[in-house]
Order: sequence, then structure tokens, then C-alpha cells
Amino acid sequence: MLSRVADSLYWTSRYLERAEHTARLIDINMGLMLDRSRVSAERRWQRVLSAVGSAQGLGWHDDPDSEGEPARWLGVTALVHALCFDTTKHASITACIFGARENARQIRDEISTEQWQRLNGLFHEISRLRTASPSERNLAEFLPTIIDGVHLFQGVTDTTLSHGEGWHVMRVGKYLERAWSLTTLLDVYEREVFLGQDSDDAGEYLEWVGLLRICTAFEAFCRVHTADLTHERILEFLLLDPDFPHTVRYAVDALHSALEAIQQHTRTQHGAELMRVAGRLKATLAFAQVGEILAQDPVRYLRRILEQCREIHDLIYAVYIQYSVETALAV
Amino acid sequence: MTTTPVRGVPEHPLLRDYFMDAAFDEMFDGEGAIRPHYQALFHELTTLPPEEIRRRKQSADASFLMQGITFTVYGRDEGTERIFPYDLIPRLVTGEEWDRIERGLTQRITALNLFLHDVYNDQKILAQGVVPREVVYSCQQFRRQMRGLRVPRNVYVAIAGTDLLRLESGEYVVLEDNVRVPSGVSYMLTNRRIMKRTLPSLFRDYGVRPVDHYPQALLATLRSLAPEGRPEPTIVVLTPGVYNSAYFEHTWLARQMGVELVEGRDLVIHDNVVYMRTTAGLKRVDVIYRRVDDDFIDPLAFRGDSILGAAGLFNAYRAGNVTLANAFGTGVADDKALYAYVPAIIKYYLDEDPILNNVETYLLTDAKQRTYVKDNLEKLVVKAVGESGGYGMLVGPHSSAAEREEFKRRIDADPRNYIAQPTLTFSRAPCLLEDGSIGPRHVDLRPYILFGDKVTIVPGGLTRVALRQGSLVVNSSQGGGSKDTWVLGA
Repeated sequence: MLSRVADSLYWTSRYLERAEHTARLIDINMGLMLDRSRVSAERRWQRVLSAVGSAQGLGWHDDPDSEGEPARWLGVTALVHALCFDTTKHASITACIFGARENARQIRDEISTEQWQRLNGLFHEISRLRTASPSERNLAEFLPTIIDGVHLFQGVTDTTLSHGEGWHVMRVGKYLERAWSLTTLLDVYEREVFLGQDSDDAGEYLEWVGLLRICTAFEAFCRVHTADLTHERILEFLLLDPDFPHTVRYAVDALHSALEAIQQHTRTQHGAELMRVAGRLKATLAFAQVGEILAQDPVRYLRRILEQCREIHDLIYAVYIQYSVETALAV
Repeated sequence: MTTTPVRGVPEHPLLRDYFMDAAFDEMFDGEGAIRPHYQALFHELTTLPPEEIRRRKQSADASFLMQGITFTVYGRDEGTERIFPYDLIPRLVTGEEWDRIERGLTQRITALNLFLHDVYNDQKILAQGVVPREVVYSCQQFRRQMRGLRVPRNVYVAIAGTDLLRLESGEYVVLEDNVRVPSGVSYMLTNRRIMKRTLPSLFRDYGVRPVDHYPQALLATLRSLAPEGRPEPTIVVLTPGVYNSAYFEHTWLARQMGVELVEGRDLVIHDNVVYMRTTAGLKRVDVIYRRVDDDFIDPLAFRGDSILGAAGLFNAYRAGNVTLANAFGTGVADDKALYAYVPAIIKYYLDEDPILNNVETYLLTDAKQRTYVKDNLEKLVVKAVGESGGYGMLVGPHSSAAEREEFKRRIDADPRNYIAQPTLTFSRAPCLLEDGSIGPRHVDLRPYILFGDKVTIVPGGLTRVALRQGSLVVNSSQGGGSKDTWVLGA
């Protein structure tokens, strides 16, 4: 497979995963804001911004002329609107969908017609919903459209694209992004929510439910642990559960198997370091115990996972996409 | 333009708007009688119930849509991909007519390849004054980098698409040799696929000669041109990318041949060897069917601002490590001024008379011809030599006085840049109109010629149609469409 094609498949998949994650992050937090909560709107949305990572140019802007609740709401609506629709912000959902479509368009021939139609349909739906002024009704339609659209795309990807190298590259993009965004989210909550011990029980309960629901994990969690939410159990589930698709461990396992499949397809001689790093991360999570992680430094632990994700991304590029001519010829 | 109906055209409600004038009609002869080879088609069209024709038209439309057979229109925003307009009624060419066309095209492509070899090597034809030196040297497409360079099998033009017209007499003449990067072959093949489904029994009864082997023939041609010592060559199609108007065709051809479709950025040149960058490492490339113009293919050798090509490609080519089809500098052979010399070129190299004639052409560098042209602009068509796709033209009979003055000024300023030809009334073929009736529209014919270890011309080609009544412009970028071309059995 051409490196350029692999690159585009990888980013199509990553961008879509990111769009869906961001959509759920916003959706759940909008819902939480409706309840009385001791978490200030500002802190909540700062947290959201931290969770989407590179939110350059996005920030909290209180209207200086007014005070109290109305101003706060104005700030929230503007921020959410930017996070959803502002194509000049890389972290925005619309920018992600546009990025995914642009990448897919470059390799229109390498993906299935069904995939293209889904993605193109989503693109046109968003173009329709993008309006100049923020409106709650639009958001209420927009966020589910994104989530459904990405689910549909992933469904047709699995049923209409040959499960060869390209499909595995798309899985790499999807699961690397998922591992990254889940870990970032846990990192933010670890610093913000779990350490803030003074909050009242009901408020804390809602935040934790929110965290699980951002990961679509509430029901799956309850099935394993009942609705008895504790810090330790939530961290253990979202980080280390091997069966639920939206956990860091699941994502890393899937990433590892996809990388292995690609290595077999390409028979590359340069993949050893990549497989070592991916395998080490997989093993770390497989043998980790939540008690140990909490006893040491959970934030550092999560940061370490992020570093390894970044390393895997760089190695994928070095092995498959942007290798130097000298390395490639020196076999 | 007069559109008087001619007596004798069989009266049928479908033909209510059919008309004939001086132009050659493909279906009816001068007396208005149906030509013998059109009889079965005419019978089928007039006996099928109108709603059945409509149904078949709809199902053909759906096929085009489903297959995403589109082209991009320049200068528009998003969603510029359009379905290529097509017509459901095939254009019929008798076996006898075709055999002559085939011989004529073979003769022409052979002579043009000999000419290119000569021009880039010994230049005998220039020394003997058959073609004036200044015509070649003043051609923008002349590449002095090609001088003395060895080309596999001495084949410069491996893929050509020659535009033919049919004059009032019924004679086929050559309007243009497209020997750089001719396009449209995918439409010929998809048209055929859909027509087989639309009029299956008619197709069978006519014994139409097949065209479906074009991709294999193209692959075989490219393979035969591989550099020496590369018995299992890796072949790729090089495209400028998704924004090119013919991108659909590039992907289609790559898929049909089973080869990679690459862009310039996929290619790496190292030690004068071309590689493509794959996930499995660098893979050597031996033959490139390039759909990128000379100017843009190598920023080191040609235009430095191009990002569509690959730096160093020309050097790899010069070193003989990779074959490009077509070669660089072939544009000198389809220059519109050089065109006037093609009959002499054929005579010079092959010692034969041209089987297919040229359209009469006035060279504006010649003072006498220039004066004649300037005095008779309203009767002539003036073309800029470097333009294609129907741009940069003056169609005399349809022009205003101001436009004619403007062209006179331009001609005087740069006579080498223009040629003039008489306004041609080229042939019309029956087409299915919007309202379901049948009417005549102007058509041309572009057969596709392959030249490798042998000449292969698939029987037929792309018949382009000026879908608007009275229009003479068949270019897809300007409202033209196409129809299937059936070359009948011997």
C-alpha cells in the first residue's frame, strides 16, 4: 500500500474517532450543567478544554459588561459553538469531520463506496447545521448527528471494506486516538475531580456518572460493579477492563493486534522497535493493578501512557509513512 | 443556420424535429433514405414504446450515477463533480469505414513517432527543409532536454487520441492529433458497458467489434516499453491528484489495469532510480503512464514551481532507468502549426500519401496566408496553437466585429501563436432529445491509439456530441456529451 494512502486512512479514522469523542464530551457536560452543581461552569468547561487537548485559541470569555448567570451562559454557548463548528480551531468537531472527509477524498478509490457515502452524507448534514449564530436547538440536533454518523461509518467500514492492510490501518488510527483521548480524559479527572474531596456526595456522584457516560461505559460498568461508584473502581474499569471497547486497555490491545497485522502484511524489517513499544504498553496495562497505580502516582502513570502513545504514533510514521530513503534502502 | 427538413425522411412522430442541411447526416443519405447500416437501429428505436425508451434511459442514468462516472468542472466551488452527459443512441461506423480509419491512424502515429525521433536526434527533416526549423524551435512544447536521448523502441507517443471529423462529403479528416495526455477513454469503455445493458439484442445482432480489452492492451503496451533488463516491470499511473478534471479516469484506468495510482509526492528518486513509497518500503517503478503535463512533472527539469511532479524524474528518465509514456516533448507533434506539415511528414518518412487528410489550415506566419485570413475572418475559425479544450478560439461566423478586430490585433502581435481553418460543417448523428424525440446533433470521433511493440487501436472510440442544437462545441468542459461508437463487423 502506498504510504500516502496509509496516511490518509489513518487520519480519516483518527479524526472521526476524535469527533465522536468530543461530541459525547460536550453532550454530557451540557447535560450536567443543567443540574445544580458545585462545579462552576467555568471550571467544567476548562476541564472540557483540557480533555480535548490542543484547544489553541479556544478559551473562556466572560462578557465583561454583565455579571452572574446570564453572562456565564453566554460564555458557555459561545465556547460550545466554537468547539462544535469553528473550522479555524483544530479541536472543533466540524474541523475533525472536514479533515476526515478531505483525507478520504484523496483516497476515494481505496475506501468502499458505502464508507464514502456515509462520510459525505455526514459532511453535508453538518454543513447544513452549521450556522453563524449559536443556538441550543442546533446543538441538540448536531451532537447526536455526529455520534450516529461516526457509528454508521464504523459499521460500514467493518462490513464493506476488505479486512486487509487498509482496514488495519484504519483500526490503528481509531484505537490510537481512543487510547489517547481516554487517557487524557482520565488524567483531567484524576487531577480535577478525584482529588477534590470536599464536594458533596450527590454532586460527586453526578460527575462520576458523567465520566462513565462520556466513555459510553455507564451500563457496562454497572453490569460489572453495580452502580456503586468509587474512584478506584471507575479508574480500574476505564483503564484496565479488557472487554469493554471504550477502555484504555481494550484500545491498546486492539491497536497492538492491528499493528501486528500490518507488520505481517508488509513484512517490513523495520518494525521491531514499534512492536516493542506497543507490546510493552499492552503488557503494562495487562499486568497493572489499580491499587498499585493509586498508591504511587496515578497522574504520572497516565502521563506515561500518553507519552507511549505519542511514541507509537512517531514510530508508525518512521516505519511506514515518512521513512528516509537511506533507511529504506539499507536492508 | 438554416434547418429545413428534407423530404424523404421517413415520417415518424419521433422524428418530428429532424432536419438536414449541407452537413453529412450519419443516419440518412442525401435523399433522406436511411443508410443500410442504420436500418436495424432505426427500426428498434421506432418500434420500442416511448415509455420503454424512457425506462432504459433512466436505468442507464442510474448506472452512471452509481459508478460515480464524473468529471470536475474548473472554476467552481464544492460539489463540482458532474455526471458526464451521454446519449443513448449509438453512433454506427461500418467495418469498411473503420478499416480505412485504422490504416490512416496507424500511418499517422508511425510517421509522427519517426518525426519526433528525428527532431530530437539527427533533424534530417529540418535540414532538408520539409518542415521549417522555426516551426519546431518556436513551439513551446519543444523540449531541448530531449535532444540525443534514447527512448525505448524509439516510441515517443505510446498513447494518442486523434480527433476526427466527417465532412459534408462523408470523408473522415483529422482535426487534431492529441499526443500529450489525451483523455476520455474511460468514457468510451463505460459507455459501452452501459449500452450493452440498454440495447442488448441490437448490440448482438449488429456484431459490434469489442473495445473492452483496452486496459489490457494499454498494460501490454506499457510493459513492452519497460527499460531493458526489467522483465517484470512495475507499472504505475501518475495523476496530478483529486483536483484534476480527469481524476476519475486515472483511478479507473489504474484499477482496470491492476496497477498503483500514484501522485508525484509518492515518488522518490534516488541515484536516478524511481521508487514509490509504500508501507512495505520503497518499491522500484519501471514504467510510468503519466497523466501530468511536461511542465509540471519535474520541478528540477521543467517548471520549478510545480508540486505535482517528482524532483529528479527527468534525470532518472535520461539515465534510462524508467520509461515515461508518453515521452517528454511529444507536444511538438500536435502543435497546431506543425499540424499543417503532417501530410508532408507522412510523405517524407513513409513515402506514402496520407490515408486520412488534414483540414485545410492557414499558417499566419506566412504573409500571404495572413492577409487572406485577416480579410476573411468571418468565414474562418482561428485557434491559438497552445490552447485546447475549445478555449482561445474565434469562430468567425458567430463572432462580432469587435472580436474580429481583437483577433486581427492578436494575430499581428504574434502570428506564430495562431492558425486559421475554414468553418467546417461536420457530420450529425441522431440523438435522443430531452422531450423523447430524435434529433440530429454534431459529432466528432476520438479513437484511441496505442503504440508499443505494435500498434493497437480498439475499434471505435469516443464519439463526442454537441448536445445543444446548432452547437459545434463537443468539449466536455463546454457542454458536450458523448455516445457509444459501434464499429460493425466486417
